[in-house]
Amino acid sequence: MSALLSVRKLSKSYGSRWGLVRAVDRVSFDIATGETLALVGESGCGKSTVALSLLRLIEPDDGQVIFDGADFGAIGATRRQRLRRNMSIVFQNPYSSLNPRMRVRDIVGEPLFTAYGLRGRELRARVEGHLRDVGLGPEHMARYPHEFSGGQRQRIALARALALEPRLLILDEPTAALDVSVQAQVLNLLRGLQDRLGLSYMFISHNLATVEYMADRVMVMYLGRIVESGPVEQVFANPAHPYTQGLIDSIPSTNPRLRNRLKPLGGEVPSPLNAPPGCPFAPRCARVMDACLAAIPPFESIDDTRSVACLYPMEQEADS
Amino acid sequence: MSEAILKIRNLTVDFPGLGETVHAVRDCSFSVRKGEILGLVGESGSGKSVTAMACLGLVPPPGEMRGSVEIAGRQVVGRTHGELMDLRGGTAAMIFQNPGSALSPFFTVGRQIVDVIVSHQDFARRSARDLAIETLRLVHLPDPELAVDKYPHQLSGGQRQRAMIAMAMACEPDLLIADEPTTALDVTIQAQIIVLLRELAQETGLSILFITHDLGVVASLCDRVAVMYAGTIVETGPLPELFDAPAHPYTERLMHTVPRLGSGKTELAYIKGQVPNMAHLPVGCAFHARYAHASEVCRQRSPAARPLGGARIVACHHTLGAPHLREVAARGAG
Amino acid sequence: MSAVEASSGAEPFHPSLGLRLRHFASQNTLLIIGAVIFLVVVVCAIFAPLIAPYDPTAMNFPHKLRAPGLEHLMGTDVLGRDIFSRVVYGARISLLIGVSVLTVAIAIGVPIGLVSGYFGGWVDATLMRVSDIFLAFPPLLLPIAITAALGAGLFNAMLALAISWFPWYARIVRGSVMSVRQELYIDAARAMGVGSLRIMLRHALPNSWTPAIVQASMDFGYTILAAASLSFIGIGAKPPTVEWGLMIALSRSKFLDYWWTAAGPGLAIFLTVLAVNLVGDGVRDILDPRTRGIR
Repeated sequence: MSALLSVRKLSKSYGSRWGLVRAVDRVSFDIATGETLALVGESGCGKSTVALSLLRLIEPDDGQVIFDGADFGAIGATRRQRLRRNMSIVFQNPYSSLNPRMRVRDIVGEPLFTAYGLRGRELRARVEGHLRDVGLGPEHMARYPHEFSGGQRQRIALARALALEPRLLILDEPTAALDVSVQAQVLNLLRGLQDRLGLSYMFISHNLATVEYMADRVMVMYLGRIVESGPVEQVFANPAHPYTQGLIDSIPSTNPRLRNRLKPLGGEVPSPLNAPPGCPFAPRCARVMDACLAAIPPFESIDDTRSVACLYPMEQEADS
Repeated sequence: MSEAILKIRNLTVDFPGLGETVHAVRDCSFSVRKGEILGLVGESGSGKSVTAMACLGLVPPPGEMRGSVEIAGRQVVGRTHGELMDLRGGTAAMIFQNPGSALSPFFTVGRQIVDVIVSHQDFARRSARDLAIETLRLVHLPDPELAVDKYPHQLSGGQRQRAMIAMAMACEPDLLIADEPTTALDVTIQAQIIVLLRELAQETGLSILFITHDLGVVASLCDRVAVMYAGTIVETGPLPELFDAPAHPYTERLMHTVPRLGSGKTELAYIKGQVPNMAHLPVGCAFHARYAHASEVCRQRSPAARPLGGARIVACHHTLGAPHLREVAARGAG
Repeated sequence: MSAVEASSGAEPFHPSLGLRLRHFASQNTLLIIGAVIFLVVVVCAIFAPLIAPYDPTAMNFPHKLRAPGLEHLMGTDVLGRDIFSRVVYGARISLLIGVSVLTVAIAIGVPIGLVSGYFGGWVDATLMRVSDIFLAFPPLLLPIAITAALGAGLFNAMLALAISWFPWYARIVRGSVMSVRQELYIDAARAMGVGSLRIMLRHALPNSWTPAIVQASMDFGYTILAAASLSFIGIGAKPPTVEWGLMIALSRSKFLDYWWTAAGPGLAIFLTVLAVNLVGDGVRDILDPRTRGIR
């Protein structure tokens, strides 16, 4: 079965007066129908840039985006626009992603009006349906965003994203700005919708526990590159890249007896302008060797489902 | 039992508005003992940030404070700005969530620390600068002699947070109030700051009031926990006992709504409903509408805080033997 | 299964209208004072024939240069015309000036600012350089130059004022749009394929026009002053138009001995500009969320 979305060597750089910043450096991945792929990393790793590039909110410098077999670069503008309706996005900040001067029915209805020219009763019926899918009722349609809580606003944003019945939904840290007790509601809603509507998700987050809960496969990014990828349970249980291990060790456990397991990684993510030669993680890596400083390690498979960009990946414990 | 460095008794903070008053903090009582790290856990709207501000008398107008807040035996409620000046930054210091906005962009980091030192202690500026460099070294800021002359925008997020901690530590306070200092940081930097705070507490005997919504951070750092909901403390107790067996249903539910690494795809629980409107609180317990096993007394009377044995306090009409605790036992601890 | 969030708690409190008005009055006293004065000016303008005791252009030489008294509340001018009636009728012209100049300035400036702020790049650079040309002239010099080219008269003066005023609105709206452009709902609209024009009109403009409105409410007074100044130097309104600035100009040779010939129109200008400034300040305080107290 071919992938729903294939991305090959996506790259985006920014010029600044101090030099070239490679925000995204030759990123490649596939997402299958009904699958959730997570993109994990800390600030500045490029995960949001990848998402925005897919939707053409940022113009990538290089790379191929192939949706359902059609290469975006090779087809005409009209067809590209129509294909792009299959992808949709929910942003992190529910307070800034909804126009404060628009009513809910207009917010959710706008994509339908723009794409299909729907109006009146037909539009209203569609909007009601999508709101119902996310657990909101018709009584909410005439209200403004400020009348809702963060969790409800995120549902409105979700209803808007679902309006054009996309096949792939990009979720850029959808619960990061929400209270803990509301996060669970939204995550469960997302899982339910995926099962019911057969959606694929690209789930971007820095919270590994949430990623484990939501995703099938995960990609770990560092300074614009993918350093590890594979099925989520395996990658988190047996990380191959030292950075992935470092991320896992940095998560404070909710079990107070395990507090001494907290092992912070030394140093900080270097500025992309001062990217060291060789492996970008080398300055912080406990396992660094001379070869690591000489050249950027290639991203290679270590078995059928997992790949890593490391010259000395960590040992994999035998599968139980 | 050591004495309390921070003693809060029946603290109430109201924000009067047009015809209605927001009761941000209601009859809140807890203490921080000398040398301990107390975690104040709550979500948005729980009143935890207002409580932090109230400790130093920094509640913004039109907020009104009532009750008692004592730091090292000195009363804060009802004092004027002038009377509190030597307390703030001297005996007690505060660090905030967003280091970018808590540090002034117009002055170097060193200058801001020197300003704090000079306003509390009798130092010449030159020796104050040396002390500032030492404080930056204390928080493991790399190359403190160079960092002292840097502006905040020249530092990374993690470095800014360390600089803010340095500023707070400059006058060797007895109490550090930390209002969500790691929430806006990347997880690896957050881990570094947690370890730093642990280290500072151990080496200098610093007491910390650590405010957060993140249960993992609390578990990694705190000795005792106070859980806040709808403006009041619902439960207090030491770790790990409180996390092993939470006595208040809110705490218990909260712990089960957080995804944990290693739990895979087990369906998350959630708490139905939402936080009540702080201007129109329901009669009775503020949590009763969201609790499946609420009884008649929960709907009628607000529960008072009472001791539960083992240095634990809870404000709930139900206790051990209550349905939710039976569920906890059935599910297995934690 | 998702849960619909139900709200708990008692029924919301609805303060009575009286309570709301009293609260509003106590927080915004100056605004109310300004609004009342302005209302008086508007009433004078609308009902001038009913309020003015005399025909403003009726000359009455035997009554000339009479001090303020019961017969002539503000006295008479050198041609025997009742100053109070002329002040009342003058309100019409002043309000007309304020509304017309600002309407044209906004109609030109806001679209320029909107396009400039939204697209940025060379579009922004070009439009801003063009409006900079108008901004570079000292105030009033440009209107003088324009009226010199087109001929004196109230209409040309208003046109000149509007042309020299629009760059301010362009800049204000541009700044507002530039910050609104960073908001995620703009990105969301673009991600949905919404066209630039619709984004500008439906998303950017409604969220960025408040500073322009606040500026307009404050500029109202300044336009009146500017028109009065132009009339004073002889290139604005011409007789027999009844305009406050022109009235002061005509009294130039007399007012040292007959102070009331300038006092009447002068007081009218002063009160109107003050009122409009108070209203403008009040409007800004209401619309600017940062100056509101804790809710």
